[in-house]
Amino acid sequence: MPKLTIDGREIEVADGLTVLQACELAGVEIPRFCYHERLSVAGNCRMCLVEMERSPKPVASCAMPAGEGMVIRTDTPLVEKARKGVMEFLLINHPLDCPICDQGGECDLQDQAMAYGFDRSRFDENKRAVKEKYMGPLIKTIMTRCIHCTRCVRFATEVAGVEEIGALGRGEHLEISTLENAINSELSGNLVDVCPVGALTSRPYAFTARSWELRKTYSVDTLDAVGSNIRIDTRGREVMRVLPRLHEDVNEDWLADKSRYACDGLHSQRLDRPYVRKNGKLREASWEEAFGAIRDRLTGLAGDKIAALAGDQCDAESMLALKDLMASLKSTNLDCRQDGAKLDARSRAGYLFNTGIAGIEQADAILLVAANPRWEAPLLNARIRKRFLGGGLTVGSIGVPNDLSYPVYDLGSGPDVLAELAAGRGDFAKALSAAERPMVVLGMAGLARPDGGAVLDLARQVAETFKMVREGWNGFNVLHTAAARVAGLDLGFVPGSGGRDTDGILKGAADGEIEALYLLGADEIDMSRLGEMAFVIYQGHHGDAGAHRADVILPGAAYTEKNGTYTNTEGRVQLGRLATFPPGEAREDWTILRALSEVVGTRLPYDSLGALRQRLIAVNPVFAALDTIEPAPWGDFGAAGMLDSAPFGAAIDNYYMTDPISRASETMAKCSAELGLGPLTRATGTDG
Amino acid sequence: MKITSYRRDQASEFSFTPENLKKAKAYMARYPEGRQASAVIALLYIAQAQNGGWVSPAAIEHVAEVLDMAPIRVHEVSTFYTMFNLKPVGKHLIQVCRTTPCWLRGAADLTRTCQSKLGVGLKETSADGLFTVMEVECLGACANAPMVQINDDYYEDLTPARLSEIIDDLRAGKEVPVGPQSGRLCSAPEGGPATLKDLPAPAKKGAEKDAGTEKGA
Amino acid sequence: MLQDKDRVFTNLYGLHDWGLKGAQQRGVWDGTKKLLELGRDSIVQQIKDSQLRGRGGAGFPAGLKWSFMPKESDGRPHYLVVNADESEPGSCKDREILRNDPHRLLEGCLVAGFAMGAKACYIYIRGEYVLESQRLESAIAEAYEAGLIGKNACGSGWPYDIYVHRGAGAYICGEETALLESMEGKKGQPRLKPPFPAAMGLYGCPTTVTNVETVAVSPEILRRSADWWAGLGRPNNTGTKIFSISGHVNTPCNVEEEMGIPLKELIDTHAGGVRGGWDNLLAVIPGGSSVPCLPRTICDSVLMDFDSLRDVKSGLGTAAVIVMDKSTDIVAAIANLSHFYMHESCGQCTPCREGTGWMWRVMTRLVRGDAHVEEIDTLLEVTYEVEGHTICALGDAAAWPIQGLIRHFRPELEKRILDAKKSDQVAAE
Repeated sequence: MPKLTIDGREIEVADGLTVLQACELAGVEIPRFCYHERLSVAGNCRMCLVEMERSPKPVASCAMPAGEGMVIRTDTPLVEKARKGVMEFLLINHPLDCPICDQGGECDLQDQAMAYGFDRSRFDENKRAVKEKYMGPLIKTIMTRCIHCTRCVRFATEVAGVEEIGALGRGEHLEISTLENAINSELSGNLVDVCPVGALTSRPYAFTARSWELRKTYSVDTLDAVGSNIRIDTRGREVMRVLPRLHEDVNEDWLADKSRYACDGLHSQRLDRPYVRKNGKLREASWEEAFGAIRDRLTGLAGDKIAALAGDQCDAESMLALKDLMASLKSTNLDCRQDGAKLDARSRAGYLFNTGIAGIEQADAILLVAANPRWEAPLLNARIRKRFLGGGLTVGSIGVPNDLSYPVYDLGSGPDVLAELAAGRGDFAKALSAAERPMVVLGMAGLARPDGGAVLDLARQVAETFKMVREGWNGFNVLHTAAARVAGLDLGFVPGSGGRDTDGILKGAADGEIEALYLLGADEIDMSRLGEMAFVIYQGHHGDAGAHRADVILPGAAYTEKNGTYTNTEGRVQLGRLATFPPGEAREDWTILRALSEVVGTRLPYDSLGALRQRLIAVNPVFAALDTIEPAPWGDFGAAGMLDSAPFGAAIDNYYMTDPISRASETMAKCSAELGLGPLTRATGTDG
Repeated sequence: MKITSYRRDQASEFSFTPENLKKAKAYMARYPEGRQASAVIALLYIAQAQNGGWVSPAAIEHVAEVLDMAPIRVHEVSTFYTMFNLKPVGKHLIQVCRTTPCWLRGAADLTRTCQSKLGVGLKETSADGLFTVMEVECLGACANAPMVQINDDYYEDLTPARLSEIIDDLRAGKEVPVGPQSGRLCSAPEGGPATLKDLPAPAKKGAEKDAGTEKGA
Repeated sequence: MLQDKDRVFTNLYGLHDWGLKGAQQRGVWDGTKKLLELGRDSIVQQIKDSQLRGRGGAGFPAGLKWSFMPKESDGRPHYLVVNADESEPGSCKDREILRNDPHRLLEGCLVAGFAMGAKACYIYIRGEYVLESQRLESAIAEAYEAGLIGKNACGSGWPYDIYVHRGAGAYICGEETALLESMEGKKGQPRLKPPFPAAMGLYGCPTTVTNVETVAVSPEILRRSADWWAGLGRPNNTGTKIFSISGHVNTPCNVEEEMGIPLKELIDTHAGGVRGGWDNLLAVIPGGSSVPCLPRTICDSVLMDFDSLRDVKSGLGTAAVIVMDKSTDIVAAIANLSHFYMHESCGQCTPCREGTGWMWRVMTRLVRGDAHVEEIDTLLEVTYEVEGHTICALGDAAAWPIQGLIRHFRPELEKRILDAKKSDQVAAE
């Protein structure tokens, strides 16, 4: 705990801090460009120079370890002059194009220039111009603005784990560059955030808005199950961009590309009014007509002929409303696991990422089972990488081998390998036994298969064999891909007694045993399995698979357009907030269900979101504790059974297209094509 | 242990000859286990020699593959150090030292001589593909200024006339003596040193050893 | 003049065999085992007693530097890295050691490395020195063959390996941490200090980076005694030094002389005097391009050692004496150096990356007089904005020559500007 004096005030700081951090603790702001608290120290911008007693030269405070007895001054003429000098150097070759720069208004250089810049230039020479570099569909480069802080190089190398950005050349010809490739990372959008100037800006957002015109709404992302904290920037009714919001235990400062860039999908293929299928064709209808059509079909229908599926981005409130509506219709055929994952709703510990995302940083051995965290939860993967960089982590994987940006032992491809491990055999068993904080991460690809229950059972056995659940540590983890899933399980959106699960519902629909099916934002089921007979109600926001099959469409709200509760893969309950209103006649989802209930049966007993949330808490008290992780008691889950020898598949085939919003996003389509994931451009007739 | 990932390109249009690969492995063996990236400069030299005097992107990426480095890192190295030519050069790469000690003794005249004689500008290659001329910073032979480096060899104590002859001789495929062109020994003062006179002078040997060692990488 | 018996580099001009046999005749590898038997502490103490200061430019006390290496290994290997990246304009002394006396360097590598607890040594030689690196490789092969280095170096029981590592054209790699980065296969961009190389150097291991000449003289100091070395030169500026004399002298050369020799004597005795006589002298850059130039008045009497030159606001640097007679366009000469520093800036940190280019551009205009008189002050201010604000000393090195120019030749700069204005007016009329 070194004690040092900063501008005459003594302060004691924790070991291992730098002078810059010590200054911040002392309430002294130090200007900086290259320094970023989550990246390694480069010390190259020289903006953070301070005076240190007994040092003839000013020192870079970001790189100087705070030491006992140091006397630091930040308010001397020497420091002032040094900073002004650095600022002048940064500006001589920086274009004064702030009026046409997307960074304008939120630019570190602009801000610091207010404090340390001169009002005129003494630089009479020509300014440097640098050619643009290609970094893919997400990042626009104007490299003349680059101040060579190398934050982007360090982010790509360290956090994202892709060595694809470098600084080529030297001296004043130093240029940040890629090899003219799109950055092969799901975290590339963060490069825009780390860039302190307008060199790297958001390509989709280019020239669309100025930061001061935007209304900022703090919310939660639903494009994966991480529950990243986001800020939704809107202008008028339009979502202009989505940015990360700091949450140390979830997404830190970062945001995955899909969560950030799929937002243009919110503007296209929207369902903005109800539709009713007449003579085989969907026709625009009023709410009354749509509700009427539903009432006509449901009247007199027995409960076991009715079923409901909840999709991957539903808020807890609308799922509960639908569950209550189904109960009033005497149906127990409901499921929130549209992929058919054999998640066991009986034990909460059996379907949570119990270790917690931040908890990964404590782990020393990780067994991935049928999981590709890089695509299924890029920020969770970034935590594993962060842990890896800390040293002393061993990772093994059963399933499709993937480049996860850290070394992984490929243990095999199918459940048999897991069974071996559960019996304590195999090389990796030694690593798990030796580990003090071992983890297993079970992905959806291991559960969404006929023997998923048995796989879950094996994963539980692995956790028990290697004592992964112990005092203060639960190393059993399920990695969800759907933002709605945990809340769905928590509130019991699963088959009631005698009820059908997803597979049963689909079969029933094809056989004529299910006559009416309510799809609440459920687009990921194989619609062709539904057959022609069933009456399908689709409530959702995009004209995606569900809407195409629907007989009645009820236009709902996307996650940016409603206040809703989401529980992430850790079991963390968070609130999403309305940033803009749903388009046209679309409505917040729970209100649609509430209104429909009056038409088709018993009126749902809540007239406000507050009342609905009270009901939610009554159903499961976990919903009362916002933004905390309640440790779930260990229990029995999974179902012993025959194992299929087939290798594990992948839960996600294409990171950029996993849900109605990202599939509607032009930006995501470009990413998909660029990285060779999506359909390639059509071959011309001359190709063979 | 590899810390980050990167794309690996498919079949490259450049790869080391078996002999050069052996040489490359020998350089890599000079460094401790896991530190083979240290050999990147050595391997780029080998690649440059094999590729006719310059490193193509394919050659750079091949070096990256051999060393298990990210291609961008090897591109960084090849663009940072001036001795890697990123474009094709002539058979004889004439590098005129332009820095003050040589400049004081007429380096600019040497550059002009090359340019006018070969009809090229700086960093350009003569029409016959034999000569490329460039100016470089201090080559560390200041007591023998002015001087040029042609490929691996230093030609020192030059005059424009002598340089012109050297170019002619090289073009004609003749052997040109390297080192000081004034006839003096290394950097001893012209006319013989005032020092080291009262020491016994054993026979000068070692020259034959030079012949045995190979040039370049 | 230094007596030949006190000269260390007796084959400076390559008159004799550079190979092992020749070297041994000159006393190299003589009783090296005994030197090692002195033990680490004693070797370091004797080097300290000799007051040997580093020959790479900064003049840091060599014994003190060696003593920074951990006494006990914590499991990490120790490295000696010899800086043979001679690139300072004006300096060409290490080249002569490398090509004409490589065994002297190798013996030094063993002794110095042993004193640091190192078992491996890398010699980082600038890429352009092709012949020199080949000589070095051959000498290393000879030394291995003779058992002078290798598993049991000189029969001492100490294993010692020496490797050559070639650079590829980057002045900045002469900076010790840039050199280490380069050795690790990266761009040669200087590291932040702390940590210093003695704690975390090559591959994160304790490392000492030291100049060729410093290493090469050390066995001779041990053989002949620290007192012998300390008796040459002046206190704190002891021993012999190879001076590189270039520019406008009658016979440019390298010569080993006693530290503290008067500049005038050095030039007159060994370099045949200034072209056109001493009175034709305009200025001298006494220690390689990085140090400020001195006008004739100072050159008349200044002594060539660290402290004397520091006292006249210049420096001994690498003892590379660049002589300029009155025909010299001094502004262009310094502008040329500004170009050098711009070209050699690694580009990592702001003041150097941006400042070197700015300074060169203004200097280029000053050569033509195409500037305002006030711009001289602006330029001077820019040099102070660069100096002391960078990660490594290249920023300082780029600033000092210009500061020296303005300090001593300001009237010349002003005259050019006024002359250019006049001729513009004449042209306009």
